[in-house]
Amino acid sequence: MNPRTPPRDPALLPRLSLTVLALAVLWPMLLLAEFNPAALFDAKNLKVMRHFLATFLPPDFSPDFLQLIATATLETLAIATAGIALAMCLGVPLALIATRSLSLSQIAMRADSRRWQGSDALRWAGRGVLMLLRGIPEIVWALLLVRALGLGPAAGVLALAITYSGMLGKVYAEILESGDARPTLALLESGSGRLAALGYGLLPGVLRELTSYTVYRWECAVRASIIMGFVGAGGLGQLMELSMRMLNGGEVVTIFITFLLMVMLADGISHVLRKMT
Amino acid sequence: MSFHLEQASLTHSDGNRALENISLTAAHGERIALIGPSGAGKTSLLRLLATSLSPSSGAVSVLNHAPAQIDVNALKNLRSRIGMVHQAPPLPPRQRVITAVLAGRLGRWPLWKSLLSLLYPLDIIGAHQQLARMGIADRLYDRCDKLSGGQLQRVGVARVLYQQPDLILADEPVSAVDPTLADQVLVELLVETRSRQVTLIASLHAVDLALKHFPRIVGLRAGHIIFDLPAQQITAALLRDLYATEGTLPTQDNRPLMLP
Repeated sequence: MNPRTPPRDPALLPRLSLTVLALAVLWPMLLLAEFNPAALFDAKNLKVMRHFLATFLPPDFSPDFLQLIATATLETLAIATAGIALAMCLGVPLALIATRSLSLSQIAMRADSRRWQGSDALRWAGRGVLMLLRGIPEIVWALLLVRALGLGPAAGVLALAITYSGMLGKVYAEILESGDARPTLALLESGSGRLAALGYGLLPGVLRELTSYTVYRWECAVRASIIMGFVGAGGLGQLMELSMRMLNGGEVVTIFITFLLMVMLADGISHVLRKMT
Repeated sequence: MSFHLEQASLTHSDGNRALENISLTAAHGERIALIGPSGAGKTSLLRLLATSLSPSSGAVSVLNHAPAQIDVNALKNLRSRIGMVHQAPPLPPRQRVITAVLAGRLGRWPLWKSLLSLLYPLDIIGAHQQLARMGIADRLYDRCDKLSGGQLQRVGVARVLYQQPDLILADEPVSAVDPTLADQVLVELLVETRSRQVTLIASLHAVDLALKHFPRIVGLRAGHIIFDLPAQQITAALLRDLYATEGTLPTQDNRPLMLP
Protein backbone atom coordinates (compact mmCIF):
# COMPACT_ATOMS: atom_id res chain seq x y z
CA MET A 1 0.00 0.00 0.00
CA ASN A 2 1.19 3.50 -0.73
CA PRO A 3 2.31 4.98 2.63
CA ARG A 4 1.19 8.44 1.47
CA THR A 5 -2.54 7.66 1.25
CA PRO A 6 -4.22 7.61 4.64
CA PRO A 7 -6.40 4.55 5.46
CA ARG A 8 -10.07 4.70 4.58
CA ASP A 9 -12.48 5.92 7.30
CA PRO A 10 -13.40 2.72 9.17
CA ALA A 11 -16.75 4.27 10.18
CA LEU A 12 -17.88 4.51 6.54
CA LEU A 13 -19.30 1.01 6.16
CA PRO A 14 -21.29 0.91 9.46
CA ARG A 15 -22.74 4.36 8.83
CA LEU A 16 -23.74 3.51 5.26
CA SER A 17 -25.42 0.26 6.28
CA LEU A 18 -27.26 1.99 9.15
CA THR A 19 -28.65 4.58 6.75
CA VAL A 20 -29.81 1.92 4.29
CA LEU A 21 -31.36 -0.06 7.13
CA ALA A 22 -33.18 2.99 8.52
CA LEU A 23 -34.64 3.76 5.07
CA ALA A 24 -35.65 0.14 4.58
CA VAL A 25 -37.52 0.15 7.88
CA LEU A 26 -39.08 3.61 7.50
CA TRP A 27 -40.51 3.19 4.02
CA PRO A 28 -42.97 0.36 4.80
CA MET A 29 -43.95 2.19 7.98
CA LEU A 30 -44.88 5.33 6.03
CA LEU A 31 -46.95 3.18 3.69
CA LEU A 32 -48.58 1.46 6.66
CA ALA A 33 -49.44 4.82 8.21
CA GLU A 34 -51.07 5.89 4.91
CA PHE A 35 -48.74 8.87 4.77
CA ASN A 36 -49.61 10.64 1.55
CA PRO A 37 -48.75 14.35 1.34
CA ALA A 38 -50.59 14.61 -1.98
CA ALA A 39 -53.91 14.25 -0.14
CA LEU A 40 -53.32 17.66 1.41
CA PHE A 41 -53.32 19.26 -2.04
CA ASP A 42 -56.26 17.38 -3.46
CA ALA A 43 -58.69 19.94 -4.93
CA LYS A 44 -61.67 18.70 -2.92
CA ASN A 45 -59.80 18.63 0.40
CA LEU A 46 -58.31 22.06 -0.30
CA LYS A 47 -61.79 23.52 -0.74
CA VAL A 48 -63.01 22.17 2.62
CA MET A 49 -59.89 23.44 4.37
CA ARG A 50 -60.10 26.85 2.75
CA HIS A 51 -63.74 27.16 3.75
CA PHE A 52 -62.99 26.28 7.40
CA LEU A 53 -59.90 28.49 7.56
CA ALA A 54 -61.90 31.41 6.14
CA THR A 55 -64.21 31.27 9.16
CA PHE A 56 -61.14 31.68 11.44
CA LEU A 57 -61.05 35.41 10.88
CA PRO A 58 -61.78 37.53 12.73
CA PRO A 59 -61.12 35.88 16.11
CA ASP A 60 -64.05 36.06 18.48
CA PHE A 61 -63.24 38.59 21.21
CA SER A 62 -66.81 39.20 22.38
CA PRO A 63 -66.99 39.77 26.16
CA ASP A 64 -69.36 36.87 26.67
CA PHE A 65 -67.02 34.44 24.96
CA LEU A 66 -63.95 35.84 26.72
CA GLN A 67 -65.75 35.29 29.99
CA LEU A 68 -66.34 31.67 29.01
CA ILE A 69 -62.67 31.30 28.02
CA ALA A 70 -61.45 32.77 31.29
CA THR A 71 -63.44 30.28 33.36
CA ALA A 72 -62.40 27.39 31.13
CA THR A 73 -58.73 28.46 31.24
CA LEU A 74 -58.78 28.61 35.01
CA GLU A 75 -60.35 25.18 35.09
CA THR A 76 -57.71 23.78 32.73
CA LEU A 77 -54.86 25.29 34.77
CA ALA A 78 -56.43 23.93 37.95
CA ILE A 79 -56.74 20.43 36.46
CA ALA A 80 -53.11 20.48 35.29
CA THR A 81 -51.76 21.85 38.57
CA ALA A 82 -53.74 19.54 40.83
CA GLY A 83 -52.86 16.61 38.56
CA ILE A 84 -49.13 17.37 38.69
CA ALA A 85 -49.23 17.90 42.46
CA LEU A 86 -50.89 14.52 42.99
CA ALA A 87 -48.48 12.93 40.49
CA MET A 88 -45.53 14.30 42.49
CA CYS A 89 -46.90 12.86 45.73
CA LEU A 90 -46.76 9.43 44.13
CA GLY A 91 -43.79 9.91 41.77
CA VAL A 92 -41.24 11.31 44.22
CA PRO A 93 -41.26 8.35 46.66
CA LEU A 94 -41.19 5.91 43.74
CA ALA A 95 -38.24 7.78 42.20
CA LEU A 96 -36.35 7.54 45.51
CA ILE A 97 -36.99 3.81 45.63
CA ALA A 98 -35.82 3.38 42.04
CA THR A 99 -32.61 5.45 42.38
CA ARG A 100 -29.35 3.57 42.64
CA SER A 101 -27.22 6.41 43.96
CA LEU A 102 -29.12 6.31 47.23
CA SER A 103 -28.59 2.61 47.65
CA LEU A 104 -26.67 1.67 50.75
CA SER A 105 -25.36 -1.37 48.88
CA GLN A 106 -22.82 0.94 47.24
CA ILE A 107 -21.08 1.57 50.50
CA ALA A 108 -21.94 -1.56 52.43
CA MET A 109 -19.07 -3.59 53.73
CA ARG A 110 -18.32 -6.63 51.64
CA ALA A 111 -19.18 -8.99 54.49
CA ASP A 112 -22.84 -8.02 54.49
CA SER A 113 -23.42 -7.74 50.76
CA ARG A 114 -26.04 -10.49 50.89
CA ARG A 115 -28.24 -8.30 53.03
CA TRP A 116 -28.67 -5.86 50.15
CA GLN A 117 -30.19 -8.25 47.64
CA GLY A 118 -33.56 -7.37 49.15
CA SER A 119 -33.05 -3.70 48.35
CA ASP A 120 -32.19 -4.56 44.74
CA ALA A 121 -35.51 -6.37 44.45
CA LEU A 122 -37.30 -3.35 45.91
CA ARG A 123 -35.65 -1.08 43.36
CA TRP A 124 -36.80 -3.24 40.45
CA ALA A 125 -40.29 -3.39 41.93
CA GLY A 126 -40.29 0.43 42.04
CA ARG A 127 -39.27 0.56 38.36
CA GLY A 128 -42.04 -1.90 37.52
CA VAL A 129 -44.69 0.20 39.23
CA LEU A 130 -43.47 3.32 37.41
CA MET A 131 -43.72 1.47 34.11
CA LEU A 132 -47.28 0.31 34.85
CA LEU A 133 -48.32 3.85 35.82
CA ARG A 134 -47.09 5.48 32.63
CA GLY A 135 -47.94 2.58 30.34
CA ILE A 136 -51.55 3.66 29.77
CA PRO A 137 -52.06 7.14 28.26
CA GLU A 138 -53.92 9.69 30.39
CA ILE A 139 -56.64 10.05 27.76
CA VAL A 140 -57.58 6.38 28.21
CA TRP A 141 -57.76 6.84 31.98
CA ALA A 142 -59.87 9.98 31.42
CA LEU A 143 -62.33 8.03 29.25
CA LEU A 144 -62.64 5.35 31.93
CA LEU A 145 -62.84 7.79 34.83
CA VAL A 146 -65.44 10.01 33.16
CA ARG A 147 -67.67 6.92 33.17
CA ALA A 148 -66.91 6.24 36.82
CA LEU A 149 -66.93 9.78 38.22
CA GLY A 150 -69.17 11.51 35.74
CA LEU A 151 -68.38 14.50 33.49
CA GLY A 152 -66.12 17.14 35.02
CA PRO A 153 -62.57 18.02 36.07
CA ALA A 154 -62.16 15.31 38.76
CA ALA A 155 -61.71 12.62 36.10
CA GLY A 156 -59.03 14.72 34.37
CA VAL A 157 -57.12 15.32 37.60
CA LEU A 158 -57.02 11.63 38.49
CA ALA A 159 -56.10 10.57 34.98
CA LEU A 160 -53.19 13.03 34.96
CA ALA A 161 -52.06 11.95 38.42
CA ILE A 162 -51.85 8.29 37.40
CA THR A 163 -49.96 8.61 34.12
CA TYR A 164 -47.79 11.58 35.09
CA SER A 165 -46.64 10.03 38.38
CA GLY A 166 -45.10 7.28 36.24
CA MET A 167 -43.37 9.78 33.95
CA LEU A 168 -42.19 12.07 36.75
CA GLY A 169 -40.92 9.14 38.82
CA LYS A 170 -38.96 7.63 35.94
CA VAL A 171 -37.32 10.87 34.87
CA TYR A 172 -36.69 12.05 38.47
CA ALA A 173 -34.87 8.78 39.13
CA GLU A 174 -32.80 9.21 35.97
CA ILE A 175 -31.91 12.81 36.85
CA LEU A 176 -30.92 11.77 40.39
CA GLU A 177 -28.71 9.03 38.98
CA SER A 178 -27.04 11.37 36.50
CA GLY A 179 -25.95 13.73 39.31
CA ASP A 180 -22.49 13.61 40.89
CA ALA A 181 -22.69 10.77 43.42
CA ARG A 182 -19.51 11.63 45.35
CA PRO A 183 -20.96 14.24 47.74
CA THR A 184 -23.78 11.84 48.66
CA LEU A 185 -21.35 8.98 49.12
CA ALA A 186 -19.13 11.08 51.37
CA LEU A 187 -22.12 11.99 53.54
CA LEU A 188 -23.30 8.38 53.78
CA GLU A 189 -19.74 7.47 54.79
CA SER A 190 -19.88 9.92 57.65
CA GLY A 191 -23.02 8.32 59.05
CA SER A 192 -25.71 10.44 57.42
CA GLY A 193 -29.13 8.94 56.73
CA ARG A 194 -30.14 8.42 53.13
CA LEU A 195 -32.79 11.14 52.86
CA ALA A 196 -30.52 13.68 54.51
CA ALA A 197 -27.67 12.65 52.20
CA LEU A 198 -30.03 13.17 49.26
CA GLY A 199 -30.90 16.67 50.44
CA TYR A 200 -27.33 17.76 51.16
CA GLY A 201 -25.36 15.77 48.60
CA LEU A 202 -27.48 15.20 45.51
CA LEU A 203 -30.24 17.82 45.39
CA PRO A 204 -28.03 20.93 45.11
CA GLY A 205 -26.58 19.59 41.87
CA VAL A 206 -29.80 18.43 40.22
CA LEU A 207 -32.42 20.84 41.57
CA ARG A 208 -32.42 23.01 38.43
CA GLU A 209 -32.95 20.03 36.19
CA LEU A 210 -35.71 18.63 38.40
CA THR A 211 -37.46 22.01 38.46
CA SER A 212 -37.35 22.62 34.74
CA TYR A 213 -38.51 19.08 33.99
CA THR A 214 -41.42 19.48 36.41
CA VAL A 215 -42.47 22.78 34.85
CA TYR A 216 -42.20 21.25 31.38
CA ARG A 217 -44.41 18.38 32.52
CA TRP A 218 -46.88 20.90 33.90
CA GLU A 219 -46.96 22.49 30.46
CA CYS A 220 -47.63 19.04 28.97
CA ALA A 221 -50.33 18.51 31.57
CA VAL A 222 -52.03 21.71 30.46
CA ARG A 223 -52.09 20.40 26.88
CA ALA A 224 -53.21 16.96 28.03
CA SER A 225 -56.04 18.42 30.08
CA ILE A 226 -57.23 20.27 26.97
CA ILE A 227 -57.36 16.98 25.05
CA MET A 228 -59.11 15.29 27.96
CA GLY A 229 -61.66 18.09 27.81
CA PHE A 230 -62.73 16.66 24.45
CA VAL A 231 -63.92 13.52 26.20
CA GLY A 232 -65.77 15.50 28.84
CA ALA A 233 -63.20 16.19 31.51
CA GLY A 234 -63.93 19.93 31.61
CA GLY A 235 -61.83 23.00 30.83
CA LEU A 236 -60.76 24.57 27.55
CA GLY A 237 -60.97 21.28 25.69
CA GLN A 238 -64.65 20.94 26.30
CA LEU A 239 -65.19 24.52 25.13
CA MET A 240 -63.11 23.93 22.02
CA GLU A 241 -64.97 20.75 21.19
CA LEU A 242 -68.21 22.71 21.17
CA SER A 243 -66.78 25.45 18.94
CA MET A 244 -65.32 22.90 16.52
CA ARG A 245 -68.56 21.00 16.31
CA MET A 246 -70.40 24.21 15.43
CA LEU A 247 -67.61 25.06 12.92
CA ASN A 248 -67.19 28.42 14.65
CA GLY A 249 -63.65 29.28 13.45
CA GLY A 250 -63.50 32.63 15.23
CA GLU A 251 -63.94 30.96 18.60
CA VAL A 252 -61.42 28.24 17.72
CA VAL A 253 -58.76 30.87 16.90
CA THR A 254 -59.36 32.69 20.16
CA ILE A 255 -58.85 29.39 21.98
CA PHE A 256 -55.63 28.78 19.98
CA ILE A 257 -54.36 32.16 21.10
CA THR A 258 -55.12 31.21 24.70
CA PHE A 259 -53.09 27.98 24.27
CA LEU A 260 -50.14 29.98 23.02
CA LEU A 261 -50.33 32.40 25.94
CA MET A 262 -50.35 29.48 28.39
CA VAL A 263 -47.27 27.89 26.83
CA MET A 264 -45.54 31.27 27.07
CA LEU A 265 -46.57 31.47 30.73
CA ALA A 266 -45.07 28.03 31.40
CA ASP A 267 -41.87 29.08 29.67
CA GLY A 268 -41.67 32.22 31.80
CA ILE A 269 -42.26 30.29 35.03
CA SER A 270 -39.56 27.77 34.09
CA HIS A 271 -37.12 30.58 33.34
CA VAL A 272 -37.75 32.35 36.65
CA LEU A 273 -37.52 29.13 38.69
CA ARG A 274 -34.26 28.08 37.00
CA LYS A 275 -32.78 31.45 37.87
CA MET A 276 -33.88 31.14 41.49
CA THR A 277 -32.54 27.63 42.16
CA MET B 1 -7.82 2.08 71.35
CA SER B 2 -8.60 4.37 68.46
CA PHE B 3 -7.94 1.94 65.64
CA HIS B 4 -6.17 -1.32 65.06
CA LEU B 5 -5.13 -2.94 61.79
CA GLU B 6 -4.01 -6.56 62.01
CA GLN B 7 -2.19 -7.99 58.97
CA ALA B 8 -4.59 -6.07 56.73
CA SER B 9 -4.20 -6.43 52.97
CA LEU B 10 -6.20 -4.72 50.27
CA THR B 11 -6.48 -5.79 46.66
CA HIS B 12 -8.53 -3.51 44.41
CA SER B 13 -11.04 -5.03 42.03
CA ASP B 14 -8.62 -4.45 39.14
CA GLY B 15 -6.15 -6.79 40.82
CA ASN B 16 -3.87 -3.99 41.99
CA ARG B 17 -2.45 -4.79 45.44
CA ALA B 18 -2.70 -1.51 47.36
CA LEU B 19 -1.76 -2.69 50.87
CA GLU B 20 0.06 -5.77 52.11
CA ASN B 21 0.03 -7.08 55.66
CA ILE B 22 -0.36 -3.75 57.36
CA SER B 23 -0.37 -3.82 61.14
CA LEU B 24 -0.88 -0.47 62.80
CA THR B 25 -2.38 0.59 66.11
CA ALA B 26 -3.20 4.02 67.51
CA ALA B 27 -4.18 5.00 71.03
CA HIS B 28 -6.71 7.77 71.75
CA GLY B 29 -5.33 11.23 71.18
CA GLU B 30 -2.42 10.15 68.98
CA ARG B 31 -1.30 12.31 66.07
CA ILE B 32 0.12 10.36 63.16
CA ALA B 33 1.45 11.54 59.81
CA LEU B 34 1.43 9.14 56.86
CA ILE B 35 4.18 9.88 54.37
CA GLY B 36 5.50 8.14 51.30
CA PRO B 37 5.73 8.47 47.51
CA SER B 38 2.51 8.74 45.50
CA GLY B 39 0.88 5.38 44.96
CA ALA B 40 2.24 4.05 48.26
CA GLY B 41 -1.24 3.22 49.55
CA LYS B 42 -1.81 6.21 51.86
CA THR B 43 -5.34 6.90 50.62
CA SER B 44 -6.21 3.20 50.63
CA LEU B 45 -5.09 2.93 54.25
CA LEU B 46 -7.26 5.92 55.21
CA ARG B 47 -10.24 4.49 53.35
CA LEU B 48 -9.87 1.22 55.28
CA LEU B 49 -10.05 3.23 58.50
CA ALA B 50 -12.99 5.24 57.16
CA THR B 51 -14.88 1.92 56.72
CA SER B 52 -15.47 2.77 53.08
CA LEU B 53 -13.36 -0.20 52.02
CA SER B 54 -13.02 -3.52 53.75
CA PRO B 55 -9.72 -5.44 53.72
CA SER B 56 -9.24 -8.41 51.40
CA SER B 57 -7.63 -10.20 54.29
CA GLY B 58 -6.72 -9.35 57.87
CA ALA B 59 -8.75 -7.45 60.42
CA VAL B 60 -9.73 -3.81 60.92
CA SER B 61 -11.10 -2.43 64.14
CA VAL B 62 -12.06 1.23 64.48
CA LEU B 63 -13.06 2.86 67.77
CA ASN B 64 -13.33 -0.64 69.23
CA HIS B 65 -15.77 -1.88 66.56
CA ALA B 66 -15.16 -4.29 63.71
CA PRO B 67 -16.96 -2.53 60.81
CA ALA B 68 -17.50 -5.73 58.81
CA GLN B 69 -19.30 -7.46 61.66
CA ILE B 70 -21.73 -4.90 63.02
CA ASP B 71 -25.25 -4.24 61.73
CA VAL B 72 -26.38 -1.33 59.60
CA ASN B 73 -27.39 0.99 62.42
CA ALA B 74 -24.24 0.36 64.42
CA LEU B 75 -22.17 0.97 61.27
CA LYS B 76 -24.01 4.24 60.63
CA ASN B 77 -23.38 5.24 64.22
CA LEU B 78 -19.69 4.31 63.98
CA ARG B 79 -19.33 6.28 60.74
CA SER B 80 -20.78 9.39 62.36
CA ARG B 81 -17.83 9.22 64.78
CA ILE B 82 -15.24 9.10 61.99
CA GLY B 83 -14.43 12.33 60.18
CA MET B 84 -12.75 12.22 56.78
CA VAL B 85 -11.06 15.23 55.20
CA HIS B 86 -10.98 14.44 51.49
CA GLN B 87 -8.18 15.63 49.24
CA ALA B 88 -10.75 16.88 46.72
CA PRO B 89 -13.62 17.98 48.99
CA PRO B 90 -16.82 16.34 47.70
CA LEU B 91 -19.01 19.45 47.97
CA PRO B 92 -21.81 20.23 45.53
CA PRO B 93 -20.79 23.40 43.62
CA ARG B 94 -24.20 25.02 44.01
CA GLN B 95 -24.38 24.45 47.76
CA ARG B 96 -23.77 27.29 50.19
CA VAL B 97 -20.70 27.07 52.43
CA ILE B 98 -22.79 27.13 55.60
CA THR B 99 -24.89 24.17 54.42
CA ALA B 100 -21.75 22.27 53.46
CA VAL B 101 -20.34 22.75 56.98
CA LEU B 102 -23.58 21.89 58.78
CA ALA B 103 -23.73 18.65 56.75
CA GLY B 104 -21.02 17.41 59.12
CA ARG B 105 -23.61 16.67 61.79
CA LEU B 106 -26.13 14.82 59.58
CA GLY B 107 -25.09 11.57 61.26
CA ARG B 108 -26.28 12.90 64.60
CA TRP B 109 -29.17 15.16 63.69
CA PRO B 110 -32.66 13.66 63.43
CA LEU B 111 -34.08 13.73 59.91
CA TRP B 112 -36.53 16.57 60.58
CA LYS B 113 -33.71 18.79 61.76
CA SER B 114 -31.53 17.96 58.76
CA LEU B 115 -34.33 18.75 56.32
CA LEU B 116 -35.40 21.91 58.13
CA SER B 117 -31.81 23.13 58.11
CA LEU B 118 -31.85 22.94 54.30
CA LEU B 119 -34.46 25.70 54.32
CA TYR B 120 -32.96 27.76 57.12
CA PRO B 121 -29.53 26.92 58.59
CA LEU B 122 -30.15 25.87 62.19
CA ASP B 123 -26.67 26.42 63.63
CA ILE B 124 -25.24 29.55 62.09
CA ILE B 125 -23.04 30.22 65.13
CA GLY B 126 -21.54 26.74 65.07
CA ALA B 127 -20.70 26.84 61.36
CA HIS B 128 -19.32 30.36 61.66
CA GLN B 129 -17.06 29.29 64.52
CA GLN B 130 -15.43 26.48 62.56
CA LEU B 131 -15.04 28.61 59.44
CA ALA B 132 -13.39 31.30 61.53
CA ARG B 133 -10.79 28.76 62.68
CA MET B 134 -10.04 28.14 59.01
CA GLY B 135 -9.84 31.89 58.32
CA ILE B 136 -12.79 31.94 55.92
CA ALA B 137 -15.63 33.12 58.16
CA ASP B 138 -16.48 35.80 55.59
CA ARG B 139 -17.48 33.14 53.04
CA LEU B 140 -20.29 31.79 55.27
CA TYR B 141 -23.14 32.48 52.83
CA ASP B 142 -21.21 32.15 49.58
CA ARG B 143 -21.83 29.32 47.20
CA CYS B 144 -19.10 26.67 47.03
CA ASP B 145 -18.42 27.31 43.33
CA LYS B 146 -17.37 30.87 44.19
CA LEU B 147 -14.44 29.58 46.30
CA SER B 148 -10.88 28.77 45.29
CA GLY B 149 -9.49 25.27 45.60
CA GLY B 150 -7.67 26.09 48.82
CA GLN B 151 -10.72 27.72 50.38
CA LEU B 152 -12.84 24.73 49.39
CA GLN B 153 -10.38 22.40 51.07
CA ARG B 154 -10.65 24.47 54.24
CA VAL B 155 -14.46 24.23 54.08
CA GLY B 156 -13.94 20.45 54.03
CA VAL B 157 -11.80 20.70 57.18
CA ALA B 158 -14.36 23.00 58.85
CA ARG B 159 -17.08 20.42 58.14
CA VAL B 160 -15.07 17.68 59.86
CA LEU B 161 -14.29 19.95 62.83
CA TYR B 162 -18.01 20.72 63.09
CA GLN B 163 -18.76 16.98 62.96
CA GLN B 164 -16.71 16.56 66.19
CA PRO B 165 -15.60 13.02 65.33
CA ASP B 166 -13.60 10.77 67.65
CA LEU B 167 -11.22 9.82 64.84
CA ILE B 168 -10.10 12.33 62.23
CA LEU B 169 -8.74 10.97 58.96
CA ALA B 170 -7.17 13.52 56.67
CA ASP B 171 -6.13 12.76 53.09
CA GLU B 172 -3.69 15.48 52.01
CA PRO B 173 -5.71 18.09 53.93
CA VAL B 174 -3.59 21.04 52.84
CA SER B 175 -2.53 20.03 49.30
CA ALA B 176 -4.35 22.99 47.72
CA VAL B 177 -3.81 25.49 50.56
CA ASP B 178 -0.93 27.93 50.26
CA PRO B 179 2.05 27.31 52.61
CA THR B 180 1.41 29.98 55.25
CA LEU B 181 -2.21 28.89 55.66
CA ALA B 182 -1.28 25.20 55.59
CA ASP B 183 0.37 25.61 58.99
CA GLN B 184 -2.74 27.27 60.42
CA VAL B 185 -5.02 24.51 59.15
CA LEU B 186 -2.79 21.76 60.57
CA VAL B 187 -2.46 23.60 63.88
CA GLU B 188 -6.25 23.84 64.18
CA LEU B 189 -6.59 20.12 63.50
CA LEU B 190 -3.96 19.40 66.16
CA VAL B 191 -5.62 21.76 68.66
CA GLU B 192 -8.82 19.80 68.11
CA THR B 193 -7.08 16.51 68.91
CA ARG B 194 -5.67 17.91 72.15
CA SER B 195 -8.80 19.68 73.38
CA ARG B 196 -11.11 16.71 72.80
CA GLN B 197 -8.61 13.85 73.14
CA VAL B 198 -9.33 12.52 69.63
CA THR B 199 -7.00 10.79 67.20
CA LEU B 200 -5.69 12.33 64.00
CA ILE B 201 -4.06 10.47 61.17
CA ALA B 202 -3.14 12.56 58.13
CA SER B 203 -1.42 11.68 54.88
CA LEU B 204 0.90 14.47 53.83
CA HIS B 205 2.83 15.06 50.67
CA ALA B 206 5.18 17.60 52.24
CA VAL B 207 7.66 15.82 54.54
CA ASP B 208 8.65 19.03 56.36
CA LEU B 209 5.04 19.65 57.44
CA ALA B 210 4.77 16.10 58.77
CA LEU B 211 7.99 16.37 60.78
CA LYS B 212 7.11 19.81 62.11
CA HIS B 213 3.60 19.03 63.38
CA PHE B 214 3.32 15.32 64.08
CA PRO B 215 4.98 13.34 66.88
CA ARG B 216 4.58 9.98 65.12
CA ILE B 217 5.56 9.34 61.50
CA VAL B 218 4.56 6.28 59.46
CA GLY B 219 6.42 5.76 56.18
CA LEU B 220 4.56 3.82 53.51
CA ARG B 221 5.93 2.54 50.22
CA ALA B 222 4.34 0.15 47.69
CA GLY B 223 1.72 -0.98 50.20
CA HIS B 224 4.18 -1.79 52.98
CA ILE B 225 4.99 0.07 56.18
CA ILE B 226 8.69 0.94 55.90
CA PHE B 227 9.00 2.63 59.28
CA ASP B 228 6.81 3.73 62.19
CA LEU B 229 8.86 6.04 64.41
CA PRO B 230 8.72 9.12 66.62
CA ALA B 231 9.48 12.23 64.57
CA GLN B 232 12.80 12.81 66.38
CA GLN B 233 14.15 9.48 65.16
CA ILE B 234 13.53 10.17 61.48
CA THR B 235 16.86 10.49 59.71
CA ALA B 236 17.80 11.75 56.28
CA ALA B 237 18.83 8.24 55.29
CA LEU B 238 15.39 6.82 56.16
CA LEU B 239 13.67 9.48 54.06
CA ARG B 240 16.06 9.05 51.13
CA ASP B 241 15.27 5.37 51.15
CA LEU B 242 11.51 5.96 51.37
CA TYR B 243 11.46 8.37 48.44
CA ALA B 244 14.15 6.58 46.41
CA THR B 245 11.85 6.22 43.42
CA GLU B 246 11.00 9.94 43.32
CA GLY B 247 14.55 11.21 43.39
CA THR B 248 13.91 14.25 45.59
CA LEU B 249 12.24 14.75 48.96
CA PRO B 250 8.87 16.46 48.52
CA THR B 251 8.55 19.55 50.74
CA GLN B 252 6.48 22.69 50.70
CA ASP B 253 7.69 25.00 47.91
CA ASN B 254 10.59 22.56 47.50
CA ARG B 255 12.42 24.17 50.41
CA PRO B 256 15.49 22.19 51.54
CA LEU B 257 14.78 19.96 54.53
CA MET B 258 16.72 20.52 57.76
CA LEU B 259 17.18 17.38 59.79
CA PRO B 260 18.83 17.02 63.18
